Amino acid sequence: MTEKRAFQKVYTRLTRITKATCSVRASGIGYDELALVDGRLAQVVKIIGDEVTLQIFSGTEGVPTNAELVFLGMAPALKVSEELAGRFLNAYGEPIDGGPALTGKEIEIGGPSVNPVRRMQPSQLIATGIAGIDLNNTLVTGQKIPFFADPDQPFNQVMATVALRAQADKIILGGMGLSHDDYLYYRNVFENAGALERIIAFINTTENPPVERLLVPDMVLTAAEFFAVEKNEKVLVLLTDMTLFADALSIVSNRMDQIPSKDNMPGSLYSDLARIYEKAVQFPDGGSITIIAVTTLSGGDITHAIPDNTGYITEGQLFLRRDSDIGKVIVDPFRSLSRLKQLVIGKQTREDHSQVMNSAIRLYADAANAKTKHENGFDLTEYDERTLKFARDYSEKLLAIDINIGIDEMLDTGWKLFDRYFSPEEVGMKEELVKKYWPGQSGKQ
Amino acid sequence: MLTKGKVSGIISNLVIVDADGPVAQNEICRIEHEGTKLMAEVIKLNRNQAFVQVFESTRGLRVGSDVEFTGHMLEATLGPGILSRNYDGLQNDLDRLEGIFLKKGEYNFPLDEEQAWEFKPLAEAGETVEAGSWLGEVIENWIPHKIMVPFKFSGSFTIKWIAEQSSHRVHDVIAVLTDSRGEEHQITMVQKWPVKLAVKAYKAKTRPFKIMETGIRVIDTLNPIAEGGTGFIPGPFGCGKTVLQHALSRQADADMVVIAACGERANEVVEIFTDFPKLIDARTGRKLIERTTIIANTSNMPVAAREASVYTAMTIAEYYRAMGLKILLLADSTSRWAQALREMSNRMEELPGPDAFPMDLPAIISNYYSRAGFVELNNGKTGSITFIGTVSPAGGNLKEPVTESTKKAARCFYALSQQRADSKRYPAIDPIDSYSKYFEYEEVKDYMARNISPDWVDQVVRARDTLLRGREAQEQINILGDDGVPLEYHVRYWKSEVIDFIILQQDAFDKVDRTSPIARQKYMLGKVLEIADREMKFKNFDEVASWFKRLINSLRQMNYSKYESGEFYNHLKEVDQMLIEIAEL
Ligand SMILES: Nc1ncnc2c1ncn2[C@@H]1O[C@H](COP(=O)(O)OP(=O)(O)OP(=O)(O)O)[C@@H](O)[C@H]1O
Ligand SMILES: [Mg+2]
Repeated sequence: MTEKRAFQKVYTRLTRITKATCSVRASGIGYDELALVDGRLAQVVKIIGDEVTLQIFSGTEGVPTNAELVFLGMAPALKVSEELAGRFLNAYGEPIDGGPALTGKEIEIGGPSVNPVRRMQPSQLIATGIAGIDLNNTLVTGQKIPFFADPDQPFNQVMATVALRAQADKIILGGMGLSHDDYLYYRNVFENAGALERIIAFINTTENPPVERLLVPDMVLTAAEFFAVEKNEKVLVLLTDMTLFADALSIVSNRMDQIPSKDNMPGSLYSDLARIYEKAVQFPDGGSITIIAVTTLSGGDITHAIPDNTGYITEGQLFLRRDSDIGKVIVDPFRSLSRLKQLVIGKQTREDHSQVMNSAIRLYADAANAKTKHENGFDLTEYDERTLKFARDYSEKLLAIDINIGIDEMLDTGWKLFDRYFSPEEVGMKEELVKKYWPGQSGKQ
Repeated sequence: MLTKGKVSGIISNLVIVDADGPVAQNEICRIEHEGTKLMAEVIKLNRNQAFVQVFESTRGLRVGSDVEFTGHMLEATLGPGILSRNYDGLQNDLDRLEGIFLKKGEYNFPLDEEQAWEFKPLAEAGETVEAGSWLGEVIENWIPHKIMVPFKFSGSFTIKWIAEQSSHRVHDVIAVLTDSRGEEHQITMVQKWPVKLAVKAYKAKTRPFKIMETGIRVIDTLNPIAEGGTGFIPGPFGCGKTVLQHALSRQADADMVVIAACGERANEVVEIFTDFPKLIDARTGRKLIERTTIIANTSNMPVAAREASVYTAMTIAEYYRAMGLKILLLADSTSRWAQALREMSNRMEELPGPDAFPMDLPAIISNYYSRAGFVELNNGKTGSITFIGTVSPAGGNLKEPVTESTKKAARCFYALSQQRADSKRYPAIDPIDSYSKYFEYEEVKDYMARNISPDWVDQVVRARDTLLRGREAQEQINILGDDGVPLEYHVRYWKSEVIDFIILQQDAFDKVDRTSPIARQKYMLGKVLEIADREMKFKNFDEVASWFKRLINSLRQMNYSKYESGEFYNHLKEVDQMLIEIAEL
């Protein structure tokens, strides 16, 4: 994409240069069109009369007024074909794996949206083996959901695990501001799992200019749409880290002197993020795009504009939290939510799923109350003590992210824990379920 | 001659057009682009330059492209066949757009032009009529759809000719009217109306006086919305705004429901597409989809059309209100519309107001809400638009411009509380912070006294007091500890929990509990107040908690059982038994 084309006109007089942009007098230029300025990729962001203003992705440092400028005649695009499978590419869709250049149909990225009446309601469960997800926050194909995690949490590991267990036809990774080590981590994990031929990755590392990241999600989703629409495949998209993507948006808007709204983010942050996440879809012909993203938080603050806008767009969120009682990272059952779970719970899973899930969370909440009570210096009742013991076991056997069991086993574990610490009346579930599943219940009668 | 022009500047979807003649503010124009025409609306004029917002992506658009102005504002097309339709924000029929993806510059006529309707005249030749007068009707699904004198007609007209009962397509002439100068006007079953202007073809707007039943206890019982009233639901993400609106759209006692999905998730609209053709409206026995029209401008669809979507929805509601119908209009989320205004205002480098929203945001919002209402039509019949919008406050903080502006415009405030949502106390409407101003209307009180029970208002006030006292008791318990307060505090707290669990909380996903007719609400309120009024003696706070937990469990089973069924009465017996036991202690 970035090669010059012979017949194109070369401009050599920039009329204006700012921190992020340069301007040139030119006519017949299309909005959003790409150009090369002094060998750097740039995109048209404003045209007034014959003055065309371009944003240079890698910044304008050192760009002279007599830099060579060539328009490329199109918006950013990706060559799509089956050959994408197994490839590692940069934000421009160029190979970084030493392999051959891409071939195939060139498609402009950031394409149109799906007509809502052509969508199907998501209905296929995605099993991950992690009970904090499958039991409490079941994922569904066509869903979009982020991990909300502080930067020191192992979200990349969890994402890689989820991706490999998810039984997707393709896994497309969009790495934005990924550390080089994490990039290599993903590569190794996928390689060791023998999954490389199902993987496509678009990688922008911390070593690349931040603004280039802005292309990554659209590249990823263009590839995803190709496999989901043309090949009817189940595509799983991983975006990490969307906070760094949003930071790049704010860099651009600040450099272009736009009026910032909350937390220095551009006023269009909601639309910018929604455009990406809304690409998650279930198609009628079986193809689907599921998006699992990471939004890193700063100090757990979810009211910051980035997680806040994300929460308004995605279908729930998964919170990772370190549980100091068991010394492990867990999926926090209180603040996590999969909004599509009711589409599969009890339908594709056992009838007792919803009750086991709710009862366990309620007892866990009782334990949290008991803990607060204790911390405030009040005496604990005998019931309080039992909830605390239950909470520890629940956390260890079900919430921890290192769990890998089937959903029936998760449910059975739930019943065993209820039985260990409580009486059926205390758990308060439907009678018929207690009769059927409470350990030893049938034996007692 | 219509004005023409050429594109002279492009900044995202703000386009500057050099015009060769007169242009009106809000006029619609079409920009030539690669064989298609992109629709745009004039939002600012400066000498011969028109600043237009394009309802589509402007990718690839070039300076010098031809523009033609249309001479009219953005208009809704009004006629039979709007019910059950799925439109985008510009009223394109989404089902008739080809392909999986939305294509740029593709628009279609919102009504079925071929469908035949059995027209029945309601007026006779020689009669004098005016804008909004009913000329005839056709049966649309099951609603008698009135064919009216177009709202744009001003003055009075005489019917020169009107079709007999016969089958017609929407563009057929069904009447000829003569104006005061003797000029003749042909009337078809279609008319157009500029969406940003309120339809005023009625005699008077009157004060709402009756409540609109929604089947949601915390609304109907504690914070009732009036038919023709306005309300809004602010709440942080995930607290239940959409679930609540969907419940309203399924259950509310309305003839027609217009849903504007404005800048929210496509999957939520798909849920309606999937469920409504299957779900039955208990009042009419008909499919819900038959009374519903959806305007879908989801968050990934063009931002500029978001603003249009709420106006298109309102105009459709006004059209049906003029037929003497009871309309419920829902918009999720009005914040996305405000954000679209903000994006455009920033692009035009206007002086920003708070949080970079346009300065006139409060006026725009209040203008919009004022289009709802209960009206008396010129023929003496009545119609209403009840409007409920959601607001998505940034960071969940209610002190932000959209929430504050809306609070001034809407009369019911249904504040969703993060804390209630976190503890899964759905619907998470905060019982203390929320209010309905209609509850203080004398007319509404009268209506409730006559239609629910004479002491209804009293009862509701007592329920609220019980909640308030419960909250105070809980605070004391939290500060002083279980043992540090008199036992009575525990009892007070648990009495308020009974109201919370049995009246406030309602499971939107349970087949029975999701909707509760007013008679049932009355019964349950009576029951919980009977409990709240009881003197109770307990040995210790543990006993209080476990007794009330058992009681709440039985009462909940009542909520989950079919009203007045054997199961319902069995659980009632459990409750009454417990009340006898406690009296004997
Ligand atoms: N009345 C209810 N009964 C049971 N669950 C509910 C209820 N209301 C909300 N929920 C739960 O909360 C989730 C989020 O609700 P909803 O989508 O309505 O939130 P929202 O306020 O519209 O959020 P957003 O602003 O992000 O759109 C639902 O998916 C459901 O799991
Ligand atoms: Mg919502």
